[in-house]
Amino acid sequence: MKWFEYEAPTTLADALAILDANPGACLLAGGTDLLVQLRAGRKQTDLVLDIKRIPELNEISFDSASGLTLGAAVCCAEAYEHPLVKQHYPALAEVASIIGGTQIQGRASIGGNLCNAAPSADAVPLLIALGAVCRVVGIHGERELPVEDFCLAPGQNAMNPGELLVSLRFPAPLPASGAHYLRFIPRNEMDIAVAGVGVSVTLENGAFKAARIALASVAPKPLFVPAAGDSLKGKPVSAESLDAAAQLAKAAASPISDMRGTVEYRRHLCAVLTRRALEAAVRQALGQAQETR
Amino acid sequence: MSTQYSVIGTRPIRHDGADKVTGRALYGADVQMAGLLHGFILRSPHAHARILSIDTSKAAAFPGVKAVITTHDFPAVDGNKMVDLGEGDTPLSYARGNVLAGDKVLYRGHAVAAVAAVNAHVAEEAAGLIEVVYEVLPCVLHAVDAMRSGAPLLHEDLRTTELGEATTTISNIAQHIRQSKGDIEAGFALADVIVEREFHTSTVHQGYIEPHNATALWNNDGRISIWCSTQGSFVVRDCTAAILDIPVSQIKVTPMEIGGGFGGKIPVYLEPVAALLSKKTGRPVKIVMPRQAVFEATGPTPGSYMKVKVGAKKDGSIVAAQAYLAFEAGAYPGAMVVPASMTVFAAYDIANALVDGYDVVVNKPSTAAYRAPGAPNAAFAMESVVDELALKLGIDPLDLRLRNAAKEGTRRVDGPRFPRIGCVEVLEAMKNSPHYQSPLGGPNRGRGVAIGFWFNIGLPSSCTLNVCADGNVNLIEGSTDIGGSRASIAMQAAEVLGLAAEEIHPTVVDTDSIGYTGVTGGSRTTFATGWAAYEAAQDVVRQMKERAAKLWDVKPEAVEASGGVYKSNGNSIGFKELAGRIAETGGPVVGRAAVNPRGAGGSFAGSIVDVEIDPETGKTTILRFTCVQDVGRAIHPAYVEGQMQGGSVQGIGWALNEEYFMSPDGRMMNSSFLDYRMPTALDVPMIETIIVEVPNPGHPFGVRGVGEANIVPPQAAIANAMSHATGTRFTRLPMSPPAVMEAIWCQGSSSQPS
Repeated sequence: MKWFEYEAPTTLADALAILDANPGACLLAGGTDLLVQLRAGRKQTDLVLDIKRIPELNEISFDSASGLTLGAAVCCAEAYEHPLVKQHYPALAEVASIIGGTQIQGRASIGGNLCNAAPSADAVPLLIALGAVCRVVGIHGERELPVEDFCLAPGQNAMNPGELLVSLRFPAPLPASGAHYLRFIPRNEMDIAVAGVGVSVTLENGAFKAARIALASVAPKPLFVPAAGDSLKGKPVSAESLDAAAQLAKAAASPISDMRGTVEYRRHLCAVLTRRALEAAVRQALGQAQETR
Repeated sequence: MSTQYSVIGTRPIRHDGADKVTGRALYGADVQMAGLLHGFILRSPHAHARILSIDTSKAAAFPGVKAVITTHDFPAVDGNKMVDLGEGDTPLSYARGNVLAGDKVLYRGHAVAAVAAVNAHVAEEAAGLIEVVYEVLPCVLHAVDAMRSGAPLLHEDLRTTELGEATTTISNIAQHIRQSKGDIEAGFALADVIVEREFHTSTVHQGYIEPHNATALWNNDGRISIWCSTQGSFVVRDCTAAILDIPVSQIKVTPMEIGGGFGGKIPVYLEPVAALLSKKTGRPVKIVMPRQAVFEATGPTPGSYMKVKVGAKKDGSIVAAQAYLAFEAGAYPGAMVVPASMTVFAAYDIANALVDGYDVVVNKPSTAAYRAPGAPNAAFAMESVVDELALKLGIDPLDLRLRNAAKEGTRRVDGPRFPRIGCVEVLEAMKNSPHYQSPLGGPNRGRGVAIGFWFNIGLPSSCTLNVCADGNVNLIEGSTDIGGSRASIAMQAAEVLGLAAEEIHPTVVDTDSIGYTGVTGGSRTTFATGWAAYEAAQDVVRQMKERAAKLWDVKPEAVEASGGVYKSNGNSIGFKELAGRIAETGGPVVGRAAVNPRGAGGSFAGSIVDVEIDPETGKTTILRFTCVQDVGRAIHPAYVEGQMQGGSVQGIGWALNEEYFMSPDGRMMNSSFLDYRMPTALDVPMIETIIVEVPNPGHPFGVRGVGEANIVPPQAAIANAMSHATGTRFTRLPMSPPAVMEAIWCQGSSSQPS
């Protein structure tokens, strides 16, 4: 690891000015990915810019009309312990509780999980399923983009030099809706998803009104599969409709074979996990007790 | 078992408990001293390559760098000289070649050069400036491939030893051994049922949490001090002395607290390098291995290819057994195939048996001991075959094992007859256990059993006891405490002296301060160093009798000691009061003992496991696990149970997920604890333990070593349980979810993934 400078501004304006002057800076929130990458020599930088002292990046606010705003530096533990997050976005609280171990969750942020742009990021398929939108700010202005457009390739996101992710905005949950993230890991914790599926569903009269499905670890980036969710629209909640969506998710997956699993195994898991995640989301939408993971 | 003890068999708090739970215990990486430099080792990016040149000039000129060394900085020595590696000898050229590569690198991660600098980051950056020109050679990663003629040769001068005779054949096969008993052909001719299977196991690592580390100071007077994490401080001293070609008396090794070893902290990796860097700089140098280097460049346990064939009569009596064992030594010979051969059939009394074992070098790190080295591989194969045999014969798997169990007097295939052993008692305890008696309901579930054997070793140990005026006793020993041995050694002294365990204060000291003591390994420490403590305590008792005799003006022979009370002719004095009077009766009382005991007793362990398999993902859940082990005499039952649970959990990891996942060009793809999947606390149930005590007649308290046998049977027991859950026989480790899913697909009539 090479020497680097460290800055920890307390205003967004200061952070953007530093970033503008140092386009090669690495942003640090929890640091649970960045420090490992620096130590392993996978990243090098002259400046680490700590953004977790900036108020906007620590915001958690909820409004029944406009939904939830989650600052990019809010750590997982803060998110899953927040009463409004638990009440209105239980699936989000749950996914925050399975990233890393307890100590990591006190540091790692959901925004960081997204910015790291790992194909295996556990939070991202659920963010996509929930329809979350990124608020990205640079010295020349700000823009919004949906989470499904944020990750481009392994370790590469859609932000331009000088920009940073300030917060994520989640639409207010609709009545009779549910969401769930399910991953497959060989162990029961502290592991990287061999495959993962995030889903959200909205029901109406025993049928699907809408559904969104996204996959982890089976493409170069977290993969939104609109066809799989759309296939459920208007369909009754049944084993057949769930299986059909599961097969579409599987068909969209384009995994690689590596130490975590083969192509065939990962594609197979996409179908199994999609069906199981949909079942859990439907149970939640119907107000039934949520299955423990 | 009628013997009544007052200390042995109790569960006192460990003597190092306060330091450990408060974080005050000092480990090797904690070593700090004035002028300390930090070392970093440059490692080979290739699995097999010739080193054409090394240019260290840029690294040496880098600001903050104080020294750079390569193999050329080692003194010229006779490479054929044998050095003691703790549990066996190896040629010096191999030991040295593994510390810093000579003209070839033999595995990815092989140390090539080292830098000392003002801090670890500068050292690492400078190491990146060392220019090494390699001629990359084809690599070979598995035993079967490496044994083929025409395979890439790791050592161009490695001549195969064939059945004990040196040959002129140059190959990757270092050694072919054979053990036989009876007439194998005639034996199989008697069999009504024969099961034969091939098995593969992956290279796995011990996975100790603390990485290797060493700090060395080559002082101006020529003496070297070393602080390190090791299972054997005297082995570090002797091996470092041999590599540096200096007398052993010139090195003092201080063993720091150890964060796990399991056999992997016996070899020397960093100590000679740190010493040479210190010699060049005149300052102390510390090296701490990164985790990736621990995986890539220290000693895992061999991967193996095995074929086992067993024949039995209809009544369940096993009449013949044959094994072919090809073990991967890694870069240098020494694949633990000998202990595998000696243990593969050890649990059984079989009239006709034949074992062929091959020690094969491959382009992976040089293997080291890992908890009963070789035996878990062999037991995986043998116990799977026995399970299948039980199924075919329609006999309960424990009854089949009892029918053929080894007993006192049974001759093993490798020659020796067993002394008193507890194989039958362990099998009976398994059969009578609440676990085995309980029903196993539910779909996708299976129950499996297996048994395993491991030797214990003796080796020298020393112990000194200093009697304090307040009647407490300070115990000085040289055995690194990995699993609670301070307590189990102190308790044996306490039992003899009639004191409480807390009144003995054990300290593990450096190699200048205690007599020679062998490694903490081979399940020997509670046995042998415990024996030294027992003898030293007898020495104290003898001297205390003399002191009491002086007080009472009687002959020492007239004094009797029992339970810490000394008596003669109506006089009586307790140990503590007598200790208060040693100054007036002749001065300090120091008990000493140095032992080299024979009579180490072997230990049998059995596993019972219930599993459930998710038929859609292939994931295995361990529902229930019971470990049964003959421990001879449990000195401290809580630590005995801890050993049994630890070995079981490591067996579970080995069975289900752990493996060196190698790319075709010899790169370990999962060299981190994230992707090298050891079980976490959430992956295992509470491991139930049943202690069986068949006292070892070769030890004063009946102690058998308990550290290793428990890792031998779990892999096979789990494989058997999974076979029963799925109807498919698993013959390859690890049985990871993708592998299980593959097996389910292959077996299914539709054979189509969903």
